[in-house]
Amino acid sequence: MDGIHDLGGVQGFGKVPHTINGESYKPVFHEDWEHLGYSLTVVAGGLLGAYATDELRHAIERMSARQYFSAPYFDRIIVGTATLLVEKGLITQEELDEALGSHFQLAVPSNNNGRPAPAKANTAPFEIGEQVHVRDEHVEGHIRVPGYCRGKSGTVLHRTTVSWPFPDTIGHGDQSAEHQPTYHVEFSAKELWGEEAREGSVVIDLFEGYLTRIAAADDQSQTQTAPAQA
Amino acid sequence: MTHSSDDTLANTPSGRANALLKVMTDRGFIPEGFIEAFTHKMEVEWDPANGARVVARAWVDPEFRELLLRDGTAACEQFGYTGMQGEYIVALENTPTLQNVIVCSLCSCTAWPVLGLPPEWYKSFEFRARLVREGGTVLRELGEDLPDDIVVKVWDTTAESRYMVLPVRPEGADHMSEEELAALVTKDVLIGIARPRVSDLAHASQEG
Repeated sequence: MDGIHDLGGVQGFGKVPHTINGESYKPVFHEDWEHLGYSLTVVAGGLLGAYATDELRHAIERMSARQYFSAPYFDRIIVGTATLLVEKGLITQEELDEALGSHFQLAVPSNNNGRPAPAKANTAPFEIGEQVHVRDEHVEGHIRVPGYCRGKSGTVLHRTTVSWPFPDTIGHGDQSAEHQPTYHVEFSAKELWGEEAREGSVVIDLFEGYLTRIAAADDQSQTQTAPAQA
Repeated sequence: MTHSSDDTLANTPSGRANALLKVMTDRGFIPEGFIEAFTHKMEVEWDPANGARVVARAWVDPEFRELLLRDGTAACEQFGYTGMQGEYIVALENTPTLQNVIVCSLCSCTAWPVLGLPPEWYKSFEFRARLVREGGTVLRELGEDLPDDIVVKVWDTTAESRYMVLPVRPEGADHMSEEELAALVTKDVLIGIARPRVSDLAHASQEG
């Protein structure tokens, strides 16, 4: 989802509000309601099993851009949790409104049902050191590809030894999600931000279904100029 | 906070959190004592001192260091620092010319049992937007005196891997005990925005 939450690389922000080692990190919560953010979502998602963590991320992404940007972090967790509990039929909007004494604004309903993992472009898992390409696709639902690496090429540093449900599927509550490993893919700063970028790189943890193998595409296209898009 | 029948909550973050608490409580969804116990876990048990102990062990024990870099989850499990948001832990090895830094550009993903809950600045729009694009600049603005020859490698936490930075053991720390070394490793060092320095020791122990 090309939402406002996809902040990586967005320009125009000022300084990060911090100085190194400048705060004690105690107390962990600064206001007496903040612990409710994670506590209530762990009750709802974990104990009640009402939804997967991926669905919570997606629910927060579905907040209107204006609401998302004006709400503090733990408020977004509360709104996401309340939204899912209403959508799953475990509580009602009326109950929330009554408890609040005014309208409790929830996230916007999803306009789609998510998607299954794309058909594998690779016949074997990607290997360490291999060049891979991030599929250049715009997914309306939940996805764990930050926009700034879409269509870019990088090098595999690591393949996880564990597999997890594909976020674009499970993020919409679809339990049929295919389990896949993820890959730590390193992108040079110049690949991401252009030739003027300083030295450096970004490593992104990407599900197998988001990637295609560059070498395989080259094999198929022989003398073609660009790697084939999947 | 108590609720009488004519109680109304302000439509603020605090009001919304307490409204959801009330609805979930009325529905009988919340087990007795659960929120108190979970809050204790978040406030006390998940602490950057945990990650600091792991780093200090890696600095003094080459075999443990090798394990930490090969299988971070197994290494942290030896201390009991795995679990929620810390089920697949990967340690990132700094060198004199490489500085690893962790971010979650899409939300706030962090290795809770090892680093503690993410701080406000880590969840800020500024850090999420800027670090991936101008990591070195951000670190210098935050006050880290980063030499020009150090390359910054940013790790965006976009799936289930949860990272911790294994910093370079600083100069002048040769004769320190494991406990003294752990005091050099602050939360900011584990996230990667700062490098440990022996001169920080007095300050770091006050952070406790």
